Amino acid sequence: MKRSNEPVFWGMFGAGGMVAALFTPIAILITGLLVPLGIIPAEQFSYERVLAFSQHWLGAAVIWVIVSLPLWLCMHRLYHTLHDFGIHAGNLVKALFYGVAFAGSVACATLLLLGLI
Amino acid sequence: MAEVMKIEILRYRPETDKEPVWQTFDVPFTREMSLLEALAYIKDELDPTLSYRWSCRMAICGSCGMMVNGIPKLGCKTFLRDYPKGMKVEALANFPIERDLVVDMSDFIEKLESVKPYIINDNPKSLDDGCHTQSPKDMAQYKQFSMCINCGLCYAACPQYGLDKSFTGPAALAILHRYNQDNRDAGKAERMKIVNAEEGAWGCTFVGYCSQVCPKDVDPAAAIQLGKVDSAKDYVIAMFKPGE
Repeated sequence: MKRSNEPVFWGMFGAGGMVAALFTPIAILITGLLVPLGIIPAEQFSYERVLAFSQHWLGAAVIWVIVSLPLWLCMHRLYHTLHDFGIHAGNLVKALFYGVAFAGSVACATLLLLGLI
Repeated sequence: MAEVMKIEILRYRPETDKEPVWQTFDVPFTREMSLLEALAYIKDELDPTLSYRWSCRMAICGSCGMMVNGIPKLGCKTFLRDYPKGMKVEALANFPIERDLVVDMSDFIEKLESVKPYIINDNPKSLDDGCHTQSPKDMAQYKQFSMCINCGLCYAACPQYGLDKSFTGPAALAILHRYNQDNRDAGKAERMKIVNAEEGAWGCTFVGYCSQVCPKDVDPAAAIQLGKVDSAKDYVIAMFKPGE
């Protein structure tokens, strides 16, 4: 039997799952509820402050992790759901699905790096 | 007075039936009556041509797997009292029907053999070296997976096996994991070739229905996920060992 290259995608899926389970809800709570409801004052999340956060290497790393890794989770889930629905997509579709996650991760990293330099 | 239940059974007699056909039987039952006993009643009193597999009557031999209202069950562990609306009994899904409720399980048996379900050790300890120590913690790593009775209910439940018969499947992978985790065993490297393949642990998308239907509370889905962790480690190690 041939060794599967699935561990690579499963690893990214696992990492994304961890982020989506532990940190995405916090991000949604803060940016989607607490700030709009005024529980956290809006000036704490003013454009300047968030920009400064994203231009610090640690802040950039946090944003990259929260944005990129769940993309791998989503694309992995969608790709495997195709199979569960009986659509046995080939390598082209696989490349397309994981390509979206890869492109999103690279785009996010590029934008953040531009802010850092 | 015993109540009477209508039991519908999917019959298939290859010498007369072109395709499986439903047949209904009226079976008087008491509170304690299992589906396996109902089948025995049908065979003894109503239709001696009915075929089904059974042996122990106590959920240990794994012979009487069948679909009850579309759910994989052991006939001996299923009671008529729990089905007030009646029962539709069919041969175990995802296996070819041989006759009536009897399926051809040879594919599963081949897969079971392929995972080398026995302790492999080329250099066993001699008796003079004393006994093999295995702590309760060591044993906990594999014990639940050793409770499998090879009944095949998990294969009937598994949508991946239904879609693609090359998938090694829940029970075989759980038993593979059971021997890999046993500290008396030295056969892990051989078995990892199966785990690492698309047909091995990676064919599973963690639907988890196998663990729900298991009559012995084995958790094959967990065994396969642990297999994925093992395989991911193996993948990284293999990157540093080119040529293997």
